[in-house]
Amino acid sequence: MSETAQPAPASDERVKDLGWRKLLIRPELGGIVGTIAVFAFFLLFAFDSGMFSAQGVLNWSVVSAQFMIIAVGACLLMIAGEFDLSVGSMIGFSGMMIAIFTVTLGWPVWIAILVTFGMAVAIGALNGLIVIRTGLPSFIVTLAFLFILRGFAIYLPQTIERKTIIGGVSDAAQGDWLAPLFGGKILEGVFTWMGDNGLISVFERGTRAGQPVIDGIPMLIVWALVLAAFGHVLLTRTRFGNWIFAAGGDAQAARYVGVPVNRVKILMFMFTAFCATVFATCQVMEFGSAGADRGLLKEFEAIIAVVIGGALLTGGYGSVIGAALGALIFGVVQQGLFFAGVESSLFRVFLGVILLFAVILNTYIRRMITGER
Amino acid sequence: MTTRSKHDPIVEMRNIEKHFGSVIALAGVSVDVCPGECHCLLGDNGAGKSTFIKTLSGVHKPTRGEILLEGKPMNFDDPRDAISAGIATVYQDLAMIPLMSVSRNFFMGNEPVKKVAGLPFYDKEHADRVTLEEMRKMGINLRGADQAVGTLSGGERQTVAIARAVHFGAKVLILDEPTSALGVRQTANVLATIDKVRKQDIAVVFITHNVRHALAVGDRFTVLNRGKTLGTAQRGQITPEELQDMMAGGQEMVELEGSLGGTV
Repeated sequence: MSETAQPAPASDERVKDLGWRKLLIRPELGGIVGTIAVFAFFLLFAFDSGMFSAQGVLNWSVVSAQFMIIAVGACLLMIAGEFDLSVGSMIGFSGMMIAIFTVTLGWPVWIAILVTFGMAVAIGALNGLIVIRTGLPSFIVTLAFLFILRGFAIYLPQTIERKTIIGGVSDAAQGDWLAPLFGGKILEGVFTWMGDNGLISVFERGTRAGQPVIDGIPMLIVWALVLAAFGHVLLTRTRFGNWIFAAGGDAQAARYVGVPVNRVKILMFMFTAFCATVFATCQVMEFGSAGADRGLLKEFEAIIAVVIGGALLTGGYGSVIGAALGALIFGVVQQGLFFAGVESSLFRVFLGVILLFAVILNTYIRRMITGER
Repeated sequence: MTTRSKHDPIVEMRNIEKHFGSVIALAGVSVDVCPGECHCLLGDNGAGKSTFIKTLSGVHKPTRGEILLEGKPMNFDDPRDAISAGIATVYQDLAMIPLMSVSRNFFMGNEPVKKVAGLPFYDKEHADRVTLEEMRKMGINLRGADQAVGTLSGGERQTVAIARAVHFGAKVLILDEPTSALGVRQTANVLATIDKVRKQDIAVVFITHNVRHALAVGDRFTVLNRGKTLGTAQRGQITPEELQDMMAGGQEMVELEGSLGGTV
């Protein structure tokens, strides 16, 4: 066996040095390039529109944060090899449950929020259990829940309150200890100080004259950043993260080496439902009301953000940072077109085009990694 | 191991039967393997090789018969039981996940953990270092532990899977057709790896339908046909032609070979 005893040659003459292409083999690349491109575009064409004033930045940050919260859940689930199409309906359903519990049933807001989170996570687990037990594609199972949950989100308020929007949550949330975690703001003192010192502009007249135009960072943004950081660390720095990659990469191979694939997938369904409920709770606390049509099409927007972020639809590859950047691109473009005075329906055209480009780029990257042709 | 000598079999499978409904996949197969021995299991397609090793690796429960590991009867409920008992299996195409890095594959299911602020984190440094080291021992120089498995050749992937099983303390290594999809040089590499593993006193069960690959590394040869053992032979007691005939069921093969000039 002398032929194998000698060390392998340091370089193989049949392998071309890819150089710059090595950089391409990072899932976040599409997201990074896209983010730079989008910011460059709007800095050039919409700089004077107020988009980059303090209020403008807050405006698109909030929209981006909304996308980011659901994209983190969708990203981890997609890397684990599954889809959840019920995210949007779950947003509508969870929001409606909080409103029904607090307004109709008169429960304290914190109990309503905790019970709603419990229900949502249980439904996520049910989604996962059905997918695992039946072996059906998660696409179909969660499509069923898309309709089931949306149906309940419309039926329940119609039957109980004879309307599809339930308001009055704000009054109930006054003085509640848990509500500010979703509807509150942080760093209010810093912004007051910045306003007093002329670092950001202040209202010049009206009842809020002298107060800064931004009075704090909404908890929605905090949730988005915390969830993205948590998801990134979980995926890349823990053994559970390795199991997520393994479960999505090849479930059978992972099972053979003892990875609890079923548990990983069900937990990811639960996490996706959790993220959707965070979104719903923030929205209900912000608006003070819940609407039956909230979260419409959000599942697809989450999936698009994840795909822009470099994740493969087939699972086993992707990045939470990428998904977060995808969400940022989304928010900046959606609000940026508004600032730039472009017809907002063009946003959908943009979405479709960028989705197509992202999927093509991802497929190309996957071929480079696996060496397929 | 006070009373057991090195030459006692580490695994004994006695009269294993496996029925799937009305299909009798295994009708009483007995095989044993000693430490440091490479026992080749040969057989044509449908002979029951896969069912047999899946029984040994805990995927199937035998309908009848018993499995003894180091003299003690075993009753595996799932593959994890077999793995923790020291029986590792390397499957032909399900060994590795191509999109994941070599080190992440290597430690899949056995991730090293280090505590940071009381929380368990994946110890990437340790994983990368051990992976590179183990791969070097097997004669594969990786560019880096972050290299995706998809960039490795088929033979290298098998070698990573074998190195992984050995590193995590396998006493019995089952290889399911590791050479069947490989080129000549890659096959030679995998056979050399099997030889290295055997020298570490690990018992190897090598499933193949290629007589030449079996003869290159095997110490004993058992031929399966239609769910039964046709017999076990020692190295040197049997010629390639005899083995080939037993696998194919004798007479017809002789005629076929005649027409092909004896090259099969």
